[in-house]
Formats: sequence, structure tokens, C-alpha cells
Amino acid sequence: MSDLALFRAETRAWLNENCPAEMRLPMGEDDICWGGINFEFSCPAQREWLNAMATRGWTVPAWPQDCGGAGLNGDEQRILTEEMRAINARPPLQSFGIWMLGPALLEFGSQAQKQHYLPQIARGEIRWCQGYSEPGAGSDLASVRTKGADAGDHFVVTGQKIWTSYANKADWIFCLVRTEPDASKHLGISFLLFDMTSKGVSTKPILLISGSSPFCETFFDAVQVPKENIVGERGQGWTIAKYLLTHEREMIGASDSAIFGSCDLTAEAVDSIGLDETGRLDDAYLRSELGDFLVEEMAFDAHLAATKTYMRAGNQLGARSAELKYLGTELNKSRQSLTMAMGGIEALTWEGPGNALAQTARGWLRSKGNSIEGGTSEVMLGILAKAVLKIPS
Amino acid sequence: MEILSEDNQMLRDAATGFLTKTMPVSAFREMRDRNDPLAYDKAAFDETAALGWMGLVLPEAVGGANFGYRAAGVIAEEIGRNLSALPFHSTAVLAATVLRSIGGDVLTNWGQGLASGETLVALAIDETNKHRPNQITTTAVANGDGFILTGRKVFVVDGVGADHLIATAMLDGELALFWVDPSADTTTLHPQIMLDARNAASVSFDGQSLPAAALLAKGDLAQTALDAALRAGRTVVAAEQLGIARACAQQTNEYLRTRKQFGTLIGNFQALQHRASDLYCEIEQTASLIAAALNAIDANAENAEALTRAAKAKAAKTGRLATEEAVQMHGGIGMTDEMDLGLYMKRDRALAEFLGDRACHIEWLLRNKGV
Repeated sequence: MSDLALFRAETRAWLNENCPAEMRLPMGEDDICWGGINFEFSCPAQREWLNAMATRGWTVPAWPQDCGGAGLNGDEQRILTEEMRAINARPPLQSFGIWMLGPALLEFGSQAQKQHYLPQIARGEIRWCQGYSEPGAGSDLASVRTKGADAGDHFVVTGQKIWTSYANKADWIFCLVRTEPDASKHLGISFLLFDMTSKGVSTKPILLISGSSPFCETFFDAVQVPKENIVGERGQGWTIAKYLLTHEREMIGASDSAIFGSCDLTAEAVDSIGLDETGRLDDAYLRSELGDFLVEEMAFDAHLAATKTYMRAGNQLGARSAELKYLGTELNKSRQSLTMAMGGIEALTWEGPGNALAQTARGWLRSKGNSIEGGTSEVMLGILAKAVLKIPS
Repeated sequence: MEILSEDNQMLRDAATGFLTKTMPVSAFREMRDRNDPLAYDKAAFDETAALGWMGLVLPEAVGGANFGYRAAGVIAEEIGRNLSALPFHSTAVLAATVLRSIGGDVLTNWGQGLASGETLVALAIDETNKHRPNQITTTAVANGDGFILTGRKVFVVDGVGADHLIATAMLDGELALFWVDPSADTTTLHPQIMLDARNAASVSFDGQSLPAAALLAKGDLAQTALDAALRAGRTVVAAEQLGIARACAQQTNEYLRTRKQFGTLIGNFQALQHRASDLYCEIEQTASLIAAALNAIDANAENAEALTRAAKAKAAKTGRLATEEAVQMHGGIGMTDEMDLGLYMKRDRALAEFLGDRACHIEWLLRNKGV
């Protein structure tokens, strides 16, 4: 048996042994394990599953072993994903620590920072949020104004962030702060880590059109942040932020079921609209829209698969992550709009019996943000023009 | 994004080198202006045959290279980029796949000629304005040992200059594939030059008598061979459209980098940057879909047919987008015959129709999904 076949066999056996039955059921938004100091597990099995996977380093399988990971190579990661999918195993832990901060620390963090923060993230002990956007710094992120005044052994952070995902539930924040007021726009920013329970931090959830509040306004009133909590050098924050944004775009564009529920639109359409006497969907115009969509979906799936192969071969996506982000988020908006149209009157349900939790309508509304968060579609197209197409030269 | 195999990368480099030198767009333009009824350069074609392109998907036993359909797609993309006129789809992909699928004596008898480039074969399948390969009114009836063939075919691509045709006909209520000599007295071939300056004949079989050996296959064997040929043909045609789209985008991006208006490079205008980037994204995902379809054919994968249909439908959309955006972003000069953009647009339009338009393939995908 080859090494990989052996790895697959062992992985399958271990997953079968250790993945609780409850953790193999389909999951909704409320079933996500985010971890963190105040996280309430929905059931004992959720905690058990997290602990089992974390002990094996499989909440962050690609990270080095001394950082809480398992040091798996590309093929091994793929096998683990496939074997988890085969038994419908839920992701044991999802967090901005895993997706965002971890990769930044692995690239730019000191040895001490890696060894302190990464294992906490891997075990789901600390929940992180991302302090990037500000009221005056959205698409033009580098114009952040939150100030970090030098006060000897610490910075005094004052300002406001917005669109901070789950800031009200997070334990710590990684944050872009202007610490070098005399430096140029892009060279005056530092990447700071601090405790959300620090004196002077407050949050206020933002109610979205979908009726939920995944984002907050976050306020800093003279928050003291020790200088050792800086990642990389002073003024290197924009470099780190750009690195992370690339990473985020790869993730947003490339996430399969995690962010874009790949529901079976065709089955939903038949269920909702029915077939005519020739066996075709009984709405010729929607049927034709569905046909267009299916082709677009197959094209994106093929592109995603090609991208994964490309990256597994050791290539960096770089600016091309913008292409995935653009295509993936625009496709999801089409999918959600089509789902609404196919759902008809039932999809209009907001509360009350039927259409549990108004998933269709809320999902449709939430998806409108996909092409805004993490860089708008227009920002993505601008990046591609400049960095890939070299327009203008 | 695709990582080509080493063999296919070498093939691509060789094809690019050969076509840009021997068969560039300017050569195609010259040929168009000559009103050559054959609509391709026989000498240049012979060189491609010597490179082994005609036997790309045929087995080694008949002198083929057995490189597979991904390789054929590599060649087709470069053909599209250079607008090289060659009887590639008709003989090297469609006819070769029919022979390969039927196998046996049929492959042994005719495969060698195809692989070497000595025998050119065109597929005669369409009868109506839209591609409906399974609605056939051409009939064959038994006549002694042989058959009598009666019917009319249109859009026989590369029909002019073809040594043989492979024609679909109904025989005893079943699909049959016949090997037909177009020079027979009872066959009338009407040469046509299409908008893309390529030849596509219409052909009448007026009671042509055929020997027994002309029947290549019938029933399930014929249907399987025809399906395989169409699957391959559609995807390889999509690859040619991809090459066209890439060429148009490349030329347009170069124009955005150099053309000045309002005192600045027009590439500085965000409206144009966004259009160029959107086109780029569409081309890239189209490329991935076509590669996936070709690889699925080579791997005999279950989803090959669906991927193929999607690839042809997507290539039609992206090809149209690329050619239209190219003309629009070039402005007035894009409308002139002097620029190559019109040549690309016309070729793309013909390919979008060839072997089924977008609606034809989306309809199949929807039916396949049970709606």
C-alpha cells in the first residue's frame, strides 16, 4: 500500500471511530462551532468533536505541528477533506483565527507569537475578529485613521472600525492602526493584536437587510496595547493586510459549501413550480434562466477545481485571487436571485410556518454583500486590470 | 490556471511556433482575398499533417499519435488564435473519432489515410437550419448487396476538397453511417463560402448507389460513434473559440495600453478597465471548463457529455462577448476590414452555430436534469 493509501485508510478508520453521529448531520448557520472563551457548545458532541480533531492537529491540518496543526502536505489535506465529506463530517471549528490571523502569523509573526497564539486558535480557545474597515476607509482601506499613539512600552489606540464580523462575540482583535502619522499613507499602518476586554473597547451590532447582525461597529477609546503585540515591523501593516486580503479572496471565492450553500436548484425548481405535460419546468422563462445558470455554475466549478490543482502544485495565486472572488460572489448572487424567483410566494415568507427561519429570503438578501465584503467587485476588476492585464502599462 | 502535461505543453509550443510563422492571420486574409474555393492552403496543410496533427486522436496501429482530445484542444486553441484555416475539425476530430469508435475493419481500412493526411473526410449530418443530428430524413434502402442513398445535407464543413463524406441516414428505421464518394454522378456538391471565408458545402444524394462496404455502422454502434464524434467535435470547436477570444482580448488590452484620447491612455478609464477585466475572468473560467470537458472525454468520465455541452454553450457566450467587446473598445477602427477583429468575429459566429448553438446544448443539459 502506498503512503497515501495508508494515510487514507487510517484517516477513514479514525474519523469513523471519533466523529460523533450528531456531527454528521446537515448543518445550518447556528450549528457552526466558532470556539472562543464565551462560546456555548450546542451539544456535548460538538465539544467532543472539536477536542478530538484539535488533539490530532486536524482543525488546522496544514499548519506545522508545533503550532497546533498536523503538518499535512497537499495530498494528505485533500484526502482528509474527501474522507470528512464522505461521512458528512462537519468542520470541527471555523474562525477568523484559522482563516485570517493564522496565515498572517505564519508568514509575518515572531517565533514567540506563533507559539503563543497559533495553538490557541487551533484548539478554538480564543475567538478573533478582524478590525480593518472604517467609516472613512471602505474600498480605500489604506486610508485607515484609527490612531495608535506611541506611549513608550505601549500604543494608545483611539478610533472606530466598522463591518467588524462578530466583534461582539470575539475575544481578541487583529487590527490595522495608524502608528506612524508622519509616514506615507501605505507605510504608516501597523498590525496590532489586542484583547477585546481591554478598557476602552466597545461594540455595537449593525442590523442588516437580511434581519441578522453579523457585523459590528467597534469603538476604541484610548485602548492600551503593549508594543510586543505588533505583528511584523512598525509600518508593515499594509503589507500584511494585503497578504491577508489575498488570502481572504481565495477563501471567499473558493469556499464550496461553507459560504455558498450549493443547493440543488433544479430539484427546488421542480418542487416549487412543477413540470408541464412535456416534462419541462412549467415556466419557460425561468427554465431558460436556470439553463444559463447551470452552465455558469459548471464553468466556475471547473475553474475552482483547476485553481485548487494549481495551488496544490505549489503555485501562488497572487492577484488572480481577485478573479475567483469576483466570479464566485457574482455567481452566488445569481444563484440566490434565481432561488428567490423559483421559490415564488413561499420564498417571501419572513416569519411564520413554512420556510423555516425565512432562509431563502434572508440568504438572498445576505448574498448582496458578497460582492462588497472583502473588496468590492469593482475593486477586484481594478486589481486585475492593473496587476494581471497591465492596463494601462 | 490549468497545468498542462509536459507533452501537451510541448505540443502547444510547437503549434504556436508553426502557426504564427506559417499560417498567421495575414496568411488567412490573403487566402480570403484570393477567393480560393478550397479555403485553405494545401501546402500548409500538408506540413501540419507531417507534424502528425491529423492522427492526434487515432491509435498508433493506424499511424496515429494517440495523444487524445486534450491535445486536439491545444491545437484547436492555437488554430483559433491564428485563424489558421485547416480541415482539422472535419477530418482529424470528427471523422477520426467516428472511425476510432467503430474500430475493427473500418478503422483498419481508413484510419491510415486519415492519420497521414492523405484522406480528407467531412461529416454530412445537418439537414436543417439548426443542428438536429437525430432528426434525419436522408434514407438508405437495400439494393442487392449494397444501398441506395437519397437525401440532402447542409453545412458540410470542409465538404469542398473532401475525398469522402461520412453521411448519416436512416436504414430500416435505424441510424446508419455511410462512407460516401462525393464525386459520384448521383451526388451533387454545391460549394459555398461562408461568412468566415471557409468552405461548407451542401450535398444532394440523388439515389446514389453504394457498395455493401460503404455501411460503416448502424443501430447502436452508429449512434455511439456519432455521439462520440459530436462530443469530441463540440469540445474541440469550443477550444478554437477560446483561442479566438484570447486573441481578441489580447489585441484589445494592447489597444487600451497605447490608444490616447482626452489627453490620456484610454486604459486609464475605469469603465474600460472593468470591461477588460470582466472579459478576462470569463475567458479564464471558460478555459477551465473546456479543459475539464476534454480531460473528461480522455478519461471516459461519466460527466463528459454534460461537461461538453456546457463547454460548447459557454464558449459561444464568451466568444461573442470577446469579439463584441473587442470591436466596441477599439471604436470605429474595430469596424474596419483592415483590422483582424472582424475576421475573428465571423469565425466565432460560424463556430457558435457549428455542431449546435448555445440553446441546443442548454436544452440538453436541462433535459438531462429532468426539467
